[in-house]
Amino acid sequence: MQQTLFDKIWNFHRVAQRADGRDLIYIDRHVLHELHAHHAFAQLLKQSRPVRRADLTFAVQDHTVATGPGRDDETNPSGSAFIKAMREGCRSNRIRLFDIDDPEQGISHVVAPELGIVLPGATHAVPDSHASTVGGVGALAFGCGTSELAHILATQVMALKQPKNMRVQLDGRLAAGVTAKDVALRIIAEIGVAGARGHVVEYAGAAVGAMPIEQRMTLCNLNIEMGGRSGFVAPDDVTFEWLARRPFVPQGAEWDRALRHWRTLASDEGACFDREVTLDCATLEPQITWGTDPSQVVGISGRVPDPAALDPGRRAAAASAFGYMDLTPGTPLLGLPIDRVFIGSCTNSRLPDLQVAAAVIRGRHVAEGVVAMVVPGSTSVKREAEAAGLDRVFREAGFLWGESGCSMCAGGNGDRGEPGERCVSTTNRNFENRQGPKVRTHLASPATAAASAIAGRIADARQLAPGSA
Amino acid sequence: MQPFTRHTGIAAPLIKDDINTDQIAPILHSRGLKEDYRAMLFHRARRREDGSEDPDFVLNKPRFRAAGILVTGENFGAGSSRESAVWSMLANGIRVIAAKSFADIYRENCLQNGLLPVVLGSALGDQFIARVLAVDGKAPFRVDLVTQRISGPTGPDIAFEIPAADRTRLIEGLDDIGLTLKHVDEIASWEVRARAAQPWLQLARDSR
Repeated sequence: MQQTLFDKIWNFHRVAQRADGRDLIYIDRHVLHELHAHHAFAQLLKQSRPVRRADLTFAVQDHTVATGPGRDDETNPSGSAFIKAMREGCRSNRIRLFDIDDPEQGISHVVAPELGIVLPGATHAVPDSHASTVGGVGALAFGCGTSELAHILATQVMALKQPKNMRVQLDGRLAAGVTAKDVALRIIAEIGVAGARGHVVEYAGAAVGAMPIEQRMTLCNLNIEMGGRSGFVAPDDVTFEWLARRPFVPQGAEWDRALRHWRTLASDEGACFDREVTLDCATLEPQITWGTDPSQVVGISGRVPDPAALDPGRRAAAASAFGYMDLTPGTPLLGLPIDRVFIGSCTNSRLPDLQVAAAVIRGRHVAEGVVAMVVPGSTSVKREAEAAGLDRVFREAGFLWGESGCSMCAGGNGDRGEPGERCVSTTNRNFENRQGPKVRTHLASPATAAASAIAGRIADARQLAPGSA
Repeated sequence: MQPFTRHTGIAAPLIKDDINTDQIAPILHSRGLKEDYRAMLFHRARRREDGSEDPDFVLNKPRFRAAGILVTGENFGAGSSRESAVWSMLANGIRVIAAKSFADIYRENCLQNGLLPVVLGSALGDQFIARVLAVDGKAPFRVDLVTQRISGPTGPDIAFEIPAADRTRLIEGLDDIGLTLKHVDEIASWEVRARAAQPWLQLARDSR
């Protein structure tokens, strides 16, 4: 019987079936962050339960760390207790921690793949809904809550009901200036914020095959925004080349052996998917959200929709979004004045994201009155960007250049906008109040965010004249 | 985990789809690990710009202040996996969420904490919502997980579905880690098998 790749990974990792019918799925790599870790450590301590596999567990300080220069535990007063509690929990449980001052600290979903901690065909869990970012290297990742985190620490398995299979087929070739972010936003627009609920999504097709790993990670990152349980891209030569020689991947003969296995990781021809969605990417333009959930998306040349043209089920949400976003139906997105730009988050903070943004702004300056900020996804990305002089490009253009962390994605570290501001953001959620009370978020790609910062209005990077340098 | 068998309480209608965990439990900037989950619940929706309570928000209305049942729309609990979005319900005495559907992670978090997620099937669900709106907090509803029925004023009992295993887990208040650790030998033998079949999975070592 033909199997999907998800079925194969699931079946290999199925340890047992519990009395309640849930499968126990072994978790090969578990990564914690400080917002949830302390609860789980406290729970285990209370129950006198040890951590089963500290050697397969990692921790990264990311959600609450400050991003200003010279930051330390105390810079963000509301994060300090969380940072210290996770440090102590990692010390007493002998878990490898990428602490606030570690040269490889960063956002867990950026750090784990760039160090080769996650691998193709491996299972991965993080107490964060964007765990499936690492699906970009062919790993099967699950986001979870705090109780499940404690469960994994104690047992190294998750007790799950098997999700269904879904395939998103992305055909065609992306036009210049169109990225995985735009593709992902379009998919969410098409199938809605619950369109993949209960499913693990395999992203396939020519458009995916042509994407570098960083873009595949952006694609998989946004999987939760359509409700998907997990999402991944089957690994290929692009994946293997990207992973080779990273510090935590197998080395030498072990690498060769792993590689032979990884080359078999694909869905069988004719394998059955419970749901299939196809999108022709060739005609896609850059996409941007206009509303307050990630399915409220239009092409950058589009207008705020007329509710009458929307699916009846989406009209109430649209009506409420118009007010919050201070927009009226029919308004073009291009040209809307903005106050703030944020480039960063687990969605779009890897080196190629910063390179794209830097190419747009090189030799230009952020529009007057606009606050623009870049926060690299990891300290390693920051270092590489600085070695390439990108920090100078951003700074000279008037951008703030931050230390790595989740920053303004959810504002857990205090980085946030002011009430009423309109912000173009490369993050993943345009929910009301997420980037600060009453902040109006438009999700877009790094190129769109960068072009908008320069124009002081929502702008299409493809329409900017070439920069001066 | 506190078991759940039955609950009798006021049903508060918050009839909206896609209510996300940022709305349910916004990140507030407290300075300690002991957060005020009671104050966290729908923190922004409950307050007006000047910080005072918004009397129009359903849970601020006197008759819904002690609500134990929250009735809502599709895809409840979308977004972030934060479990505080469940803890803040319990801290306010809410023991049942009756929704047209739930986001996956949120539903799992409910089961971990003895918060009963009732999925309102389409036709009956709409009838139930209409009744909750009509009763308007003037009389309680009773949600019984043992009989899988909701009873209340102005209409017949409504049956609801829940997977048998989830039902048992809630009724018995089972310790999830304890359930899994009954399989600890199988976990250990899986590790041995994996070490032979795909040794790289069992070894996460910095090669530098």
